[in-house]
Amino acid sequence: MTGDDDELRGPAPRERNAQSMIEQQPNPDRPRNSAALDEARLRQQAIGVRLRQMFDDVVNEPVPDEFLDILRKADKRSSENG
Amino acid sequence: MVYDGSKHADRNPADDKAFKDELVALIPHLRAFARTLAGEPAAADDLAQDAMMKAWDARASFQMGTNMKAWTFMILRNQFYSEKRRSWRQTQLDQEAAERTLVAVDDPEAPVALDELRLGLGMLPPEQREALILVGAGGFAYEEAAEICNCAVGTVKSRVSRARRALHAILDDGAYDRDGGAAGDAMRAILADAERLSTAR
Repeated sequence: MTGDDDELRGPAPRERNAQSMIEQQPNPDRPRNSAALDEARLRQQAIGVRLRQMFDDVVNEPVPDEFLDILRKADKRSSENG
Repeated sequence: MVYDGSKHADRNPADDKAFKDELVALIPHLRAFARTLAGEPAAADDLAQDAMMKAWDARASFQMGTNMKAWTFMILRNQFYSEKRRSWRQTQLDQEAAERTLVAVDDPEAPVALDELRLGLGMLPPEQREALILVGAGGFAYEEAAEICNCAVGTVKSRVSRARRALHAILDDGAYDRDGGAAGDAMRAILADAERLSTAR
């Protein structure tokens, strides 16, 4: 699978380096594209922030006592058996 | 669940203690992952408890110092899908419920953007949703997510990438299944919330 993951991040690092060594001026085609890319990147970041928050909301909930109770019972059982 | 004590007869109590401490610390994460799979909070907690006990029973096969989070997530995921296979019909219903209440929170004040995100996630194919959640929310590297999902790293990368693009499009177009709400409202709400969150932290 090739990196379709990278398509919003502009050229690959090697390409970027080569480009900056050849010409210091930004590519004339870049500004319009890069504004669109920045916008897309911002939106993806926003989705990422929300996604993490959704997950972390549950992580930060207090753990129901039941979890620790059943683990404690199993631990007790195994030390009696062992 | 049948407990086979003989397997652990020669276990060092200190090893069990260390294992248990690490497992306890992972419970909140197991609950969060279970919620994304099972949706409904009570069913998700049952799943997380089963996974926790499976991990405890299999502790002799876990090598301390390796990634217990990825290991327990893999157990939880396997548990979820094997239960699904056992009761296919029930799962059809569960899946619908999951897509309605994906990572439900009991908070009527929860920002609207989260509801839109949940609805959007519910529209993704399960394997894309799962990959995006593991990498985008669970904090796993692609390699770890691949191990958890038992697939190639490239497959995970491609699923995450497709999930991101699809979710972006769903939220941008307001294509999620909800009455009212003009196109782009969901994305605007998410952008505003993200901005608020990043300045608050």
